[in-house]
Amino acid sequence: MIEVEHVSKVYNGRRAVDDISFRVEKGEVLGFLGPNGAGKTTTMRILTCYMPSTEGTARIAGYDVFEDSIEVRRRIGYLPENPPLYMEMTVESYLDFVARIKGVRPRQRKSQVNDVIEKCNLGDVRSRITGKLSKGYKQRVGLAQALLNNPEVLILDEPTLGLDPKQIYDIRTLIKGLAENHTVILSTHILPEVSMTCNRVVIINKGKVVAMDTPDGLARQMAGAERVSLTVEGPADVVRDKLASIDGVLNVQASDPATETSTTYTVECKLGSDLRSTLAAAVVTQGWGLLDLHGVSMSLEDVFINLITKE
Amino acid sequence: MQNILAIWQREMKSYFVSPVAYVVLTIFLFLCGLFFFGGLAQLVQISISQAQMGGQIPIDVPREVTSYLFRTMALILLFLVPMLTMGLFSEEKKRGTIELLLTTPVGNSQALAGKYLASLTFLVVLFAASAITILPLFVYSQPDWKPILSGYFGMFLYGAALLALGLFISTLTENQIIAVFITFGVSLVLWVIALAGEWAVGSARSIIEYLSVIGHLDDFIKGVIDTSHIIYYVTFAFVGLFLAYRSLESMRWKG
Ligand SMILES: Nc1ncnc2c1ncn2[C@@H]1O[C@H](COP(=O)(O)OP(=O)(O)OP(=O)(O)O)[C@@H](O)[C@H]1O
Ligand SMILES: [Mg+2]
Repeated sequence: MIEVEHVSKVYNGRRAVDDISFRVEKGEVLGFLGPNGAGKTTTMRILTCYMPSTEGTARIAGYDVFEDSIEVRRRIGYLPENPPLYMEMTVESYLDFVARIKGVRPRQRKSQVNDVIEKCNLGDVRSRITGKLSKGYKQRVGLAQALLNNPEVLILDEPTLGLDPKQIYDIRTLIKGLAENHTVILSTHILPEVSMTCNRVVIINKGKVVAMDTPDGLARQMAGAERVSLTVEGPADVVRDKLASIDGVLNVQASDPATETSTTYTVECKLGSDLRSTLAAAVVTQGWGLLDLHGVSMSLEDVFINLITKE
Repeated sequence: MQNILAIWQREMKSYFVSPVAYVVLTIFLFLCGLFFFGGLAQLVQISISQAQMGGQIPIDVPREVTSYLFRTMALILLFLVPMLTMGLFSEEKKRGTIELLLTTPVGNSQALAGKYLASLTFLVVLFAASAITILPLFVYSQPDWKPILSGYFGMFLYGAALLALGLFISTLTENQIIAVFITFGVSLVLWVIALAGEWAVGSARSIIEYLSVIGHLDDFIKGVIDTSHIIYYVTFAFVGLFLAYRSLESMRWKG
């Protein structure tokens, strides 16, 4: 549905986006993750035909964003980083205006506007002036605007920015629901958002793609290993040597004794091997007490920090 | 077409919810009224002194008053047109709504058309309101219709040309104040260029006089509709719109 090939963007000699390529299939929700200044907004602006790329091509639904800009614009809903509101209009008249310029048929305009008002929980403010709304409500009006005309592709730049927790939850649910018959790209700095809403993540840093995978896959790939945490009652040094000697174990680290008699160990195992039962058996046959055993997955936070701080 | 209409309507509403429309209307009507009576008073003076000197030339009072009024209107518009165009694109750039406009299937030419038509509509509203100052002439005398109509026609063309210039300038900056001053400055230069023409000689003189934005008004005010003047103003407006169009295109496709 969305194909980005070797796209770069140079602002006055500075490369803000550097040779980015990725694809998004129909029905996917792609999370675009990266620290401030990574080039997320720039990439989205290229995809939405707001600005041209310096190099490379991007296609949406088969149409080139440069050559067939009007066709692309007919098929996208875009929430820019700052909600593009006309401050003097009421929520309802603003949405009606956007529906008109998006080419919604006159007969369907009213029902479509009502529809997005309901989806984004704007019923209470429908006749308020957009300029006087709180940040979170402005954001929701911006999102409502993007949903008008039911576009095939939604491009959302930090859709949950400034929302309260209840709204964040609602909007994420909304986005997940949209995924059934839309293709979505959303950018964010918030990691739980990605694991909750996205099928796939692209992490960019300083204009370059540093990782691309499913949220789970990413966590695993980064750890490079499966990790198991064990708490064992027994002589610490002996236990550690025993665990390290098991086939498939890469590394064993003992943390400070949890109690006077037991110690917690973090065991790194080779990728793709599940050694939990082997480890348990080894401990039990030695006659030591096995107090706890569980797999540890690296959180997305760890992955993210790891990726973007690694030079 | 739906797009042009939508944008036209939005601009009209935005004129009338902001103070701009009321400020411009008030200033315009106040000054028109002031100059109308000023002009009238001057005529009275002239006719009195002529009578004292035993002058024989009768003065066509309505005609003198309207031509005086049109000339001052042209001057007032020089100040007011920049206020009508300052927000057209600069406000969109500043608020980020340009990002909406340029990513929906609205063509640049449609966006321009909607906005330009809104500013023209406002101009017509101004002229309609200014008719109040001319109406009394019809109550007390039988002025000739023709120069009044052709005068308004000329004023409309003149206003349309300046509005196109202002529209172009508002695409260049996101600061409304800068847009006002540049539009005013450029219009002023095109006004006073006529003075420079007086010092020039030969073809330079005729070129400078041709460029002057007010020189082409005189015939309209006298009741003469000359196509060469129409062509001048239409070309002027067209150049302004074309530059605005190019400026929008470059916004979208600049490297
Ligand atoms: N119009 C512009 N002119 C010049 N440089 C720009 C412009 N817009 C963005 N940049 C630069 O390009 C880089 C990428 O910016 P971008 O806005 O795409 O980052 P981002 O990933 O969206 O960041 P954030 O998380 O803060 O929104 C930054 O270094 C920024 O300073
Ligand atoms: Mg951004």
